[in-house]
Amino acid sequence: MDFLSFKNCESVALANIPVLDFADFRDTLKDLINCKNCRVSVFTVHGGKLYAVLLDPAKHCFKAGATAVGASYPALTNDIPGVHWFEREIFEQCNVIPENHPWLKPIRFENSDKPGVTDYFTMQGNAVHEVAVGPVHAGVIEPGHFRFQCMGEDVYNLEIELGYQHRGVEKMLVDSPAKLRNHLVETTAGDSSIAYALAYDGVISALAETPRPDLTERARILRTLALELERIANHVGDIGALAGDVAFLTTSAYCGRIRGDFLNMTAQLCGNRFGRNYVTYDGVEFDLPNHKLAAFRDWFERTVEDFKNAWLIMSDDPGALDRFEGTGTVPNEVMREIGAVGVAARAAGVDLDVRRDLTGIGVYDKLVWKCALKKSGDVIARAKTRRLEIRESIRMVRALLTWLESSNSPVSNNATAPEQFKADSLAVCAVEAWRGEVACAVFTGKAGNMERCKLVDPSFHNWFALALALRGEQISNFPICNKSFNLSYCGHDL
Amino acid sequence: MFKALRARLFQKYRTNKFPDAAPKLPEHFRGRPEFDKSAVDAEAWKSAAEVCPTEAINAQTPAIDLGKCIFCGKCAKANPAIRFSSEYRMGCMKRENLICNGSLPYTPDEQFDAGIKALFGKSLHIRQVSAGGCAACELDFNVLNTLAWDMGRFGLKVVASPRHADAVLVTGPVTNNMRLALKKTYDAIGEPKLVIACGACAISGGIYQTSEKASCGVEDIMKVDLYVPGCPPHPATLLEALVRFMGRKQLDNRA
Ligand code: SF4
Ligand code: SF4
Repeated sequence: MDFLSFKNCESVALANIPVLDFADFRDTLKDLINCKNCRVSVFTVHGGKLYAVLLDPAKHCFKAGATAVGASYPALTNDIPGVHWFEREIFEQCNVIPENHPWLKPIRFENSDKPGVTDYFTMQGNAVHEVAVGPVHAGVIEPGHFRFQCMGEDVYNLEIELGYQHRGVEKMLVDSPAKLRNHLVETTAGDSSIAYALAYDGVISALAETPRPDLTERARILRTLALELERIANHVGDIGALAGDVAFLTTSAYCGRIRGDFLNMTAQLCGNRFGRNYVTYDGVEFDLPNHKLAAFRDWFERTVEDFKNAWLIMSDDPGALDRFEGTGTVPNEVMREIGAVGVAARAAGVDLDVRRDLTGIGVYDKLVWKCALKKSGDVIARAKTRRLEIRESIRMVRALLTWLESSNSPVSNNATAPEQFKADSLAVCAVEAWRGEVACAVFTGKAGNMERCKLVDPSFHNWFALALALRGEQISNFPICNKSFNLSYCGHDL
Repeated sequence: MFKALRARLFQKYRTNKFPDAAPKLPEHFRGRPEFDKSAVDAEAWKSAAEVCPTEAINAQTPAIDLGKCIFCGKCAKANPAIRFSSEYRMGCMKRENLICNGSLPYTPDEQFDAGIKALFGKSLHIRQVSAGGCAACELDFNVLNTLAWDMGRFGLKVVASPRHADAVLVTGPVTNNMRLALKKTYDAIGEPKLVIACGACAISGGIYQTSEKASCGVEDIMKVDLYVPGCPPHPATLLEALVRFMGRKQLDNRA
């Protein structure tokens, strides 16, 4: 039997999702992932069924299927490595055991009072030593625990244990009144607030009993503008952070400031540097009126020039390049196999971008832009992918600002957010956040209540890629490898 | 080297004028809320309290707890008698001073602790610990290190080891999984030491105050010496609070 196809920001009745027998489910999944280039967006157990929602880039849609599971089922990780982290999550969150999973341990220590205390992969031998770092790290950064198995300077294995930021976002979303929910979603990962707000908005508008009237043109433009500004700001910050880690202080210092300028542009839209409360059910909270566009564009262009200058001084510096090139390589096949997403995957030639592969979010189909792609999968590739994405986002912002000039719609369509949802349904929305795909899936119950809200941060897919990037590296290269991914702890830990 | 020098000329000197001039705040910035306590309509006030996502508004008396407020503006929409001013100075040394009675102009009038000024007036070394939350608070604390704000000008410095720290700056509601690590970090700091709660999460649990997996802020665990409201606090709010806290200087004293 085939999986059910549906669009981004579309809801489906749970009864319409095909329930396959386990072997069939596994084979269909394998076929879709290995032969049809699909990728896992959501993979979880709900109401006694294991659901898989895949993203099919060729068909521009999701594909969902399910299979009944009891207290345990044979782990799929051995056949489909891309679900290894999801299955660990299922083990911890849903209390269902994927039998024969190769490395079944908690990922968030939700149910334990000893975070980080677990068996780690270790190596034996006189010359082997173990380096344990965190949860509290040396800088101003979120907590996580890293275990390196080293021989001399060389890292043989890195294991990452997270969960220190776990505050129960998903459960709170279900238990909280509607007035708190959008704030919970926006703060899943505070640096991707716009992306999360859009993903959640996509889901609840799909689940509304009375369909929401189309968003106004201006609202759609401004939402896209906010998402691209978020991307530019964070990519600029990451390039600065990479420069900082190889002591290339000019670029580091300038990018730190320039990132702030882009954040201030978001603040110009809505008052908050992280875009909080900007995305509303009826559109966006504030307009960027036409008489302010010229000044806004001016500011944007000046800041772009500053950034170009800051990038140029580093981009051909032999000292910096020597540190970046060939460092922390994760090749294309591996990235594909483990299901990596976003910048990190594109830097290894995995051609995926939700902005192009799915419809429903923003006005990307009306803009001229290219998906950034590099091949080598090392630190420099991740830096250059960011640089290319900044360039494309700049093009988009320019086009959006011009478009705003000729658009005279209001920013609100006067819709009010639904209190109740369609009963027994599932809606999924994916948004290309600056790190990669953010997915939000909501299962509703009989009474049209929210029964489950599943959030999948790009970091959830990518933390394992960072662990792999360190294999065979010198431990002193950990900081630049880490910065080149710059993954979210709170987005993973939920 | 010439390239770097040329870039330096191109990029110019960009550290902002703060504290000699007021910081440039965006048009829609939400600072200290303003309302006329004596003219508040009880029913309208209740409607504002009802929409507040974080229970920051006391339904009985006209007061807003800035320690819980995430500055979302929902209350002002429900009750236009509430207005958000551009007053960014909101840091307080006493929890009760975060209860805002709506009056403006506002001058932070807390007395500095002479002891803090004597000990830390010239330099305050901070160890930051994230204990849950969404990471935006630490990102905007980090911004004070960039050359736009350059907090080093005031003797403020981030240190890696708690042994080198004078203060711990906590962000996040303190998740169960971070409680021990935070406690250990705090214990490793030599006396005398200070605790700074940065953001609604760290002050009161903020958005996460009903979480079963986290405390309601730092105060559940240790005494707090400085509270900085916001979600996240604007860099200007945080820097002003820190420098005032050190007893260094009353910044930006508009009447
Ligand atoms: S702005 Fe503050 S007080 Fe007003 S509704 Fe939002 S959280 Fe509550
Ligand atoms: S106070 Fe707000 S910005 Fe700060 S960590 Fe908490 S949720 Fe994030």
